[in-house]
Amino acid sequence: MDSISKKTKDSPNSTDSPESTHPSSFPDEVLEGVLSLLSFNKDRSSVSLVCKDWYNAERWTRTKVFIGNCYSVSPEIVARRFPKIRSIILKGKPRFSDFNLVPENWGADIQSWLVVFARVYPFLEELRLKRMTVSDESLEFLAASFPGFKALSLSSCDGFSTDGLKAIATHCKNLIELDIQDNGMDDFGGGWLSCFPENFASLEVLNFASLNSEVNFDALERLVTRCKSLKVLRVNKGITLEQLQRLLMRAPQLMELGTGSFQQDLTPRQCAELESAFSNCKNLHTVSGLWEANSLNLPILYPACASLVFLNLIDATLQSGELAKLLAHCPNLRRLWVQDTVEDKGLEAVGSCCPLLEELRVFPADPFDPDILHGVTESGFVAVSRGCRRLRYVLYFCRQMTNAAVATIVQNCPDFTHFRLCIINPGQPDHLTNEPMDEAFGAVVKTCTKLQRLSVSGLLTDLTFEYIGKYAKNLETLSVAFAGSSDRGMQCVLGGCSKLRKLEIRDCPFGNAALLSGLEKYESMRSLWMSACNVTMNGCRLLAREMPWLNVEVMKDEESDDSHADKVYVYRSVAGPRRDAPPFVMTL
Amino acid sequence: MSMPLAEHDYIGLSEVPSMENSERITVPSEGIERSKGLNLKATELRLGLPGSESPERDSGHGGVEEKTVHPLGVPKNLVSGAKRGFSDTIDGGSGKWVFSGNVGSGVDLAKNGGFLSPRGVNGCGKTLGVTGSEANTQQSVVASNGVKEVVPPSPEKKPQISVANGHGVAPAAKAQVVGWPPIRSFRKNSMAINPPKNDDHVDGKSGSGCLYVKVSMDGAPYLRKVDLKTYSSYKEMSLALEKMFSCFTIGHCGFHGVPTRDGLSESRLIDLLHGSEYVLTYEDKDGDSMLVGDVPWEMFTDSCRRLRIMKSSDAIGLAPRAAEKCKNHN
Repeated sequence: MDSISKKTKDSPNSTDSPESTHPSSFPDEVLEGVLSLLSFNKDRSSVSLVCKDWYNAERWTRTKVFIGNCYSVSPEIVARRFPKIRSIILKGKPRFSDFNLVPENWGADIQSWLVVFARVYPFLEELRLKRMTVSDESLEFLAASFPGFKALSLSSCDGFSTDGLKAIATHCKNLIELDIQDNGMDDFGGGWLSCFPENFASLEVLNFASLNSEVNFDALERLVTRCKSLKVLRVNKGITLEQLQRLLMRAPQLMELGTGSFQQDLTPRQCAELESAFSNCKNLHTVSGLWEANSLNLPILYPACASLVFLNLIDATLQSGELAKLLAHCPNLRRLWVQDTVEDKGLEAVGSCCPLLEELRVFPADPFDPDILHGVTESGFVAVSRGCRRLRYVLYFCRQMTNAAVATIVQNCPDFTHFRLCIINPGQPDHLTNEPMDEAFGAVVKTCTKLQRLSVSGLLTDLTFEYIGKYAKNLETLSVAFAGSSDRGMQCVLGGCSKLRKLEIRDCPFGNAALLSGLEKYESMRSLWMSACNVTMNGCRLLAREMPWLNVEVMKDEESDDSHADKVYVYRSVAGPRRDAPPFVMTL
Repeated sequence: MSMPLAEHDYIGLSEVPSMENSERITVPSEGIERSKGLNLKATELRLGLPGSESPERDSGHGGVEEKTVHPLGVPKNLVSGAKRGFSDTIDGGSGKWVFSGNVGSGVDLAKNGGFLSPRGVNGCGKTLGVTGSEANTQQSVVASNGVKEVVPPSPEKKPQISVANGHGVAPAAKAQVVGWPPIRSFRKNSMAINPPKNDDHVDGKSGSGCLYVKVSMDGAPYLRKVDLKTYSSYKEMSLALEKMFSCFTIGHCGFHGVPTRDGLSESRLIDLLHGSEYVLTYEDKDGDSMLVGDVPWEMFTDSCRRLRIMKSSDAIGLAPRAAEKCKNHN
């Protein structure tokens, strides 16, 4: 504050502004001009807290709003505060809904938001939704209400179908981005793609990789041809290699490519043409798709590999040898997603070929199949850590792990910001010593001081959580399952992790004492999820009574007894209790 | 790897077909597991050639020798006959049949078991609903022998969930739990229960879906999955499987289409190093083990639930010539 008044006095314009040392004497236009340059919402939030004038100047200049929990605020409140929004990111259901822990028709419907937006933000351009329920009618309404609409991104959403996409393609004349990812949607056919008008040429991002139905290839080819600014194209597996070659020839400017099926038997000439097409794409830095890729066809990628920064192989079931050969050509890789069919041997290749790697995600090819006992182990992870010292983000599904291995890993890579380890068998101990995995996560939090996100697994006692509470001072997101011994575990976390924003817990022996120990903490957090723990209805009622700014919601399972609170979702809100809660959601 | 009785803990959750259960039970094992094998042999569902069953049953104590003479691919009517004896159990059983010797898992299943039966029934490969009844067959029979004895200690290699750490919740060893591991069900690779809306991933309404079946090869470290819909003939599938599993054999390998009298081909994968032949078998929707190539392709894709590349020395019960086998079919 002092520096601001100083500025006012010393600035050459000080004679023009009212004689005052008060910060609000800074002319609005100037202030707004300056603040409009702020892009990070965190900065904007800080700015808005300075004083009333700054709050106002900030709200008039904000064009992007991020709402991490759609029920924490109402559309009317958002509309009142921010009159000039053009871009909205909205997230709905709790993350565990991705894993079927939240019943259908839970809520997070976009429609009520759209109705308000249509009234207040007719110039809305971007909408990015995650875990929201979106109906076809909503998509039609969207297409009709916002003439300047440019970007739609739907991730983990549900409730719509390809019919809704037809409406978007048909009516959004200024569309730049259509990004459809991993949704629970109905696929009635690929005809939506043909709905883009023949004179429509503004598309820069198109992702329909998760849709199964085949689109009309001619329509796609024409679309790609006329959209000269197309930067991101992710097709689905209905597109063959031969067709891909034609698309690449039309769009050599592509930066991100999701291929279709990579399985076709190619003649040598076709191979050569594809290699040539890939080498023509000088800006290509991200590749995904590669369905059913085999060792015969992978080499056509090689010309593009040297500049690859992100390689997403989760749809390509590669073995270790195939991966090793491929990675030998990818020295600049920063991000790699693979399936565990590559095994430890494949991960050794990662360690030796990709020294710049920052992010590794290893997904299990058969997560739910008890027959499958192989995949990756602790050795693969250690091998990667030896070669890739810059690793900061890891998601690792494995069937065995040891404390010693994790200690080695974080010693090699102390810069982890995201450490998500999933030992697939719940409650499994260190497979060599048979001890709990406490020391593993202890090592993680002690060594990785920048840790923001942590997912724990394996056999864990309260000691793990003591470590977390004591050392993980930058932790923002914690996911816990089948772990802990008593309330103390959760209490340690709530008491120690000052920056905690999201806590999601399932199947742990944490009860009311643990829940209530966070009484004052939950207001500084986005949300708490607890399911299949030992929390009772009375505990939840107490929490709700003590903390009026929290929504405490309980969903009960069918067979549970009356006093048990099976699924508890607690979140701060300025909008009050939900008005659209379905019957199975009890707001206390 | 021997996993003699572990499947029984799965309680209707295992994808392992009953015939494979019995196969595994006969794998040589030490001490306590062997005696458990004794309990089961007398009552378990066994597959064998006509006439070979009785000797097997009598020599049921010889766990070690079983493997080499273990017959598979019984003529269909015989197997069905054997199974019909258990049909009551199959019908009576539900996905929620609980292994009373393992209370923790029972509780967990009762809580979470509901999700198993209805969903994904038409899914790729063997479905949980179907195997549920199969595994129930095994387990209900086993249960009558004294439940507690059959709860196995874990073999060294198999990770066992520790229940003794004061947890309020005791997840069953290897029982499937809702939403675990935390993988999105949208991913088509998983055999997960897909939400009904996602039927397009599953062997679907319009037939435009996929038809994933598991393929295992004796001696290979992991299973693969193939989409039968991507092939239009046995030859194509054979070639694809050959490519997929070629890394597990050394030397020249190839499926040799050997036309039989009926014009159907029988496949053989030759592993020069081991000098043993492999045969390609599959398990149909009744759980019967059949040689691949016996039926028209469309019928095969309709009924095939799982593929297995096995050493022909293990498949002695399978008729060497497809034509002969056909004779035994209805």
